[in-house]
Amino acid sequence: MSNNPSELPILQVRNLKKYFHVSKGTLHAVDDISFDIRQGKTLGMVGESGCGKSTTGRLLVRLHESDSGSIRYDGIEVTRASSKEMKVLRTKMQMIFQDPYSSINPRHTVASIIGEPLKIYKKVRNMQEYEEKVHQLMETVGLADRLYDAYPHELDGGRRQRIGIARALALEPQFIVCDEPVSALDVSIQAQILNLLMDLQDKLKLTYLFITHDLSVVKHISDDIVIMYLGQIVEQANTEELFRHPIHPYSQALSSAIPVPRLNARKERIILKSEVVSPIDPKPGCRFAPRCNYAKPECGEADPVLREVMPGRLVACHRAEMFV
Amino acid sequence: MDKILEVKDLHVHYFSNRKTVRAINNLSLDMQRGRVLGLVGETGAGKTTLALSILNMIRAPQGKIISGSIRFDGKDILAMSKQELRELRGKDIAMIFQDPMTALNPVLTVGDQIAETIFKHEKVSKDEAWAKAEKMLETVGIPGARAKEYPHQFSGGMKQRVVIALSLACNPRLLLADEPTTALDVTIQAQVLDLMRHLIRTYNTSVLFITHSLGLVVENCDEVATMYAGEIVEYGTVEQVFGNPLHPYTRGLFGSLPDYSEGAARLRPIPGLMPDPTNLPRGCYFSPRCPHVMPLCEELHPTHTSMDGHLVKCHLYQENANVEQPI
Repeated sequence: MSNNPSELPILQVRNLKKYFHVSKGTLHAVDDISFDIRQGKTLGMVGESGCGKSTTGRLLVRLHESDSGSIRYDGIEVTRASSKEMKVLRTKMQMIFQDPYSSINPRHTVASIIGEPLKIYKKVRNMQEYEEKVHQLMETVGLADRLYDAYPHELDGGRRQRIGIARALALEPQFIVCDEPVSALDVSIQAQILNLLMDLQDKLKLTYLFITHDLSVVKHISDDIVIMYLGQIVEQANTEELFRHPIHPYSQALSSAIPVPRLNARKERIILKSEVVSPIDPKPGCRFAPRCNYAKPECGEADPVLREVMPGRLVACHRAEMFV
Repeated sequence: MDKILEVKDLHVHYFSNRKTVRAINNLSLDMQRGRVLGLVGETGAGKTTLALSILNMIRAPQGKIISGSIRFDGKDILAMSKQELRELRGKDIAMIFQDPMTALNPVLTVGDQIAETIFKHEKVSKDEAWAKAEKMLETVGIPGARAKEYPHQFSGGMKQRVVIALSLACNPRLLLADEPTTALDVTIQAQVLDLMRHLIRTYNTSVLFITHSLGLVVENCDEVATMYAGEIVEYGTVEQVFGNPLHPYTRGLFGSLPDYSEGAARLRPIPGLMPDPTNLPRGCYFSPRCPHVMPLCEELHPTHTSMDGHLVKCHLYQENANVEQPI
């Protein structure tokens, strides 16, 4: 992350934790993570299923209550905000969900889904203003006017995701959590939505937290990246630096696993041992150690701390110096 | 070269609400023995329908193979009796489904499921079948002792290994792999593909590898076919298609990929959507979305043009053709 004081973070997360109590024990979904998001930039959050990336996104907009730690958005402590403060915060922070099939109400028309936040927050004075605003939002995200009274089932996944984006934009937020917004879409439609999100960011000066498991997407859209593994951040860096030289052994494996659709791009895959261990009551020590090709006995003893191993490069690995 | 599969002029329709969904339209495709053919295309292109047709598993009355022929090792699959099909499926042709969570029977142990397939197809006793099932599990990296466990006791990646063990148990000559790693995480995907590549080489299996990921095609396949609206619009070796993609749809797929257009600030997606399969355009099915559309394209459906075995179904190339031949 940048140390440049002119690039103030709009969002600061410190020592955030969220545990879920399940029948087998305590699931450490988010386990002591800290990061910043710079204003007007995109932070990509990458990791495999169950690493806690969606939980983190939900904690930021307070769809889950955190167990401990702090989330400061523009100087306001989100975790302790009163319901009145939350109401103001929700106009500034919005979320776009993964599945455009289940995240919008099938019984509402396109216009009423997009316009609902305007009514709840009384952002419009009369019906005419409401309709104008909804038409304007539809135009912004590239939905044809004729779909104003259509129902979601009449539309394909790409258009449904556009509805989700228009709804998130209705209150003119500054910060949007995008939770796998293109994962359910075909590549050609995925490209249309990615272009739209990037254009909107330019035009409306938006800040994104972009959660995804798709590394080529995150590489394309993000300025900075955090890589998560079983509830913890294992590496954090500027996107270009991270892909040029991944330091953490998990980042190296992930980066090598991106299938590149070009001839002569076939590369040596780093094949990891076994599978992800359970995030329920994890043992002390590095959580990646059981799969790591470089693990030493000491890796299983103490938790690695996220530390700066090179200027601007934060890595949580006991043996990070080996890979610098 | 020796052909293991020849699909000729295949038409498959589904019927719903008095509408006819034209899922496969005049599709012809050959597969060479011992090679891996990648089949790429988006949701609704007809990839899975083609795989099901090869197993003659299109169910009436919802769907029907209208016309065409599918020859496997010279024998017409569409003319086979139920008994012959039972012997074919799982023995000569096996399929790996996309979702390992639903491809396995949750109330049988994984060992029982693999042993059942072996027992049905090979002249062995139940004990021998069980022993072979344990051996197959070990081949895919699962301890044989876990054969007594149920599918829910395995993780997603392990379940897909079980499915692979199941599909390769009778040493099939042709494997239909329908998005075998789409439901898996990337590092697990790398493990499973590594295993599949190794097994395919060991058993010299011919594979139809269905995927929507061009990156997986270049790493795993010898030939590639692009499918759009129920037909093959481009076919060639991986070198031909990735080195010089011809069809505007294939090019559009490449332009949509973030990694391919590295350095470029914007992706170049294909405008519009796949045509409605109940109401396909009269001329070329891709013409409404095509950046190079000509008046001819809206009138006449293109045929295949061949350039050194690199086939393309597009009017742009029709005049440059040296030989014209259907695949």
